[in-house]
Amino acid sequence: MKTQAITNPKAYSSCLKSTLLIMTMVLLGGCESIEPWVKPYERNNLADPVMSLNRNPVASTYMHHVYQAREGARGAEGGAGGGCGCN
Amino acid sequence: MAATDRDRYKTFLRQLQIQRGQLAGLPGWCIRITLVIVLLVLFNTGVGAAVLPEDRADAMHHAYEGGGISIDGPSILLRKSIGESLSFSANYYVDNITGASIDVVATASAYEEQRTEHTVGVDYLNNKTLMSLSVTNSSENDFEAQSFHVGVTQDFFGDLTTLSLGYSKGEDEVGKTGDEFFSETATRHNYSLGLTQVATKNLILGFNVENISDQGYLNNPYRSVRFLDVNADKGFRFETERYPTTRTSNAVSMTANYYLPYRASIYAEGRRFSDSWGISANTYKLGYVHTFGDSWLLDVRVRQYQQNKADFYQDLFARSGEFNFMARDKELSTFSNRSIGLSVSYSHRFNASGFFKKASANLEVDHLQFDYDDFRDVTADAEVGMEPLYALSATVSRLYMSIWY
Repeated sequence: MKTQAITNPKAYSSCLKSTLLIMTMVLLGGCESIEPWVKPYERNNLADPVMSLNRNPVASTYMHHVYQAREGARGAEGGAGGGCGCN
Repeated sequence: MAATDRDRYKTFLRQLQIQRGQLAGLPGWCIRITLVIVLLVLFNTGVGAAVLPEDRADAMHHAYEGGGISIDGPSILLRKSIGESLSFSANYYVDNITGASIDVVATASAYEEQRTEHTVGVDYLNNKTLMSLSVTNSSENDFEAQSFHVGVTQDFFGDLTTLSLGYSKGEDEVGKTGDEFFSETATRHNYSLGLTQVATKNLILGFNVENISDQGYLNNPYRSVRFLDVNADKGFRFETERYPTTRTSNAVSMTANYYLPYRASIYAEGRRFSDSWGISANTYKLGYVHTFGDSWLLDVRVRQYQQNKADFYQDLFARSGEFNFMARDKELSTFSNRSIGLSVSYSHRFNASGFFKKASANLEVDHLQFDYDDFRDVTADAEVGMEPLYALSATVSRLYMSIWY
């Protein structure tokens, strides 16, 4: 089988870039100066249940289980951890 | 360096390697390291506005019918907060399984069994960071699984961005009915990252990455591979399959959810998957949500899935023990499936001064069609290796009531 060690410079480079990108986003999150481009009073539509990808957790968890048991793929099922900060 | 140290060093190096299963150029170790760094940074920045999940109770009856088997049972979910910072949840779930799939028909007789799953969890809101912890136990007569999950969720950029990080660890104990001495174990680690972004006042985008690694006995002890044998009646025989004892997989998905001006929405999801067994898969989903008045909600969706087989999968091997690793699980073959689904929901909002806030009744039905490209129906009367390709259709339904309080 093909293997790729941690010493691969390309892997290091792409890892470094993605880490820096995510860290920059996280750190910028602490800056009070960033103005949200969608104001809280403009989030009525986003807060509507029709916009929730995980409206019914008991049913969506079950469907993930149905597919996972019958397919080789697993993980990164959409809908988890979503939200628009408007609960 | 002592021999044991050298072994440990080699094991460490092996763990830092990835055999395949890369996604978007990022190996598994990179995803794990990134998650840990982000987690550490996250706890040192006291920003955000996460909220506790809503208090609700759900009672569902689920049913799967297809491919010769029936699975049904209840699922009960309760969630209640205490004070402003703690929310507890409990889920009880049962699968009652009867019938015989094509794998069982070919090598054994029909069976009945029950799987029971219990999950308890707690969410803790501290300094506007939401932390989650849950433990799950799944029990069958020949299989026990224990797992725990920890997660953290935080909002950024004026609550326009939500970041979720998660880690799960699972321990499986695998037995085999009819063989009291058979006992194997497996360990699983899941690392996940989810990012939800409010793009406009009508559009939410989502991005999810998950890395999963397994080690131990990953076979299904009842599944077999078949190989040519000119002395056998049908020209082939079966023997127990053999999987590698490690597996690493990466999955990445993107979602989009767009609000339509007449209180409806469209949503789309795409997922790319690959693993160290050589499986690669794509999933696409498209849905539409429509409302009728304040109470009725309709959701229609289509889903398409396609995967390529594992390196060690074959429908028919040339001889017994031909390779070190041999599998004939149809889940590891090359196949595709399509599904179409419909959900109808009726909700009622109670008087704001009462204990109950809202209730809903829901019915969801999906029809699935699986078409296998290199898994043959060995029950058919045909020359060995020339049997028709297998296909199955299934209907999956969920009927449930939900109440918010």
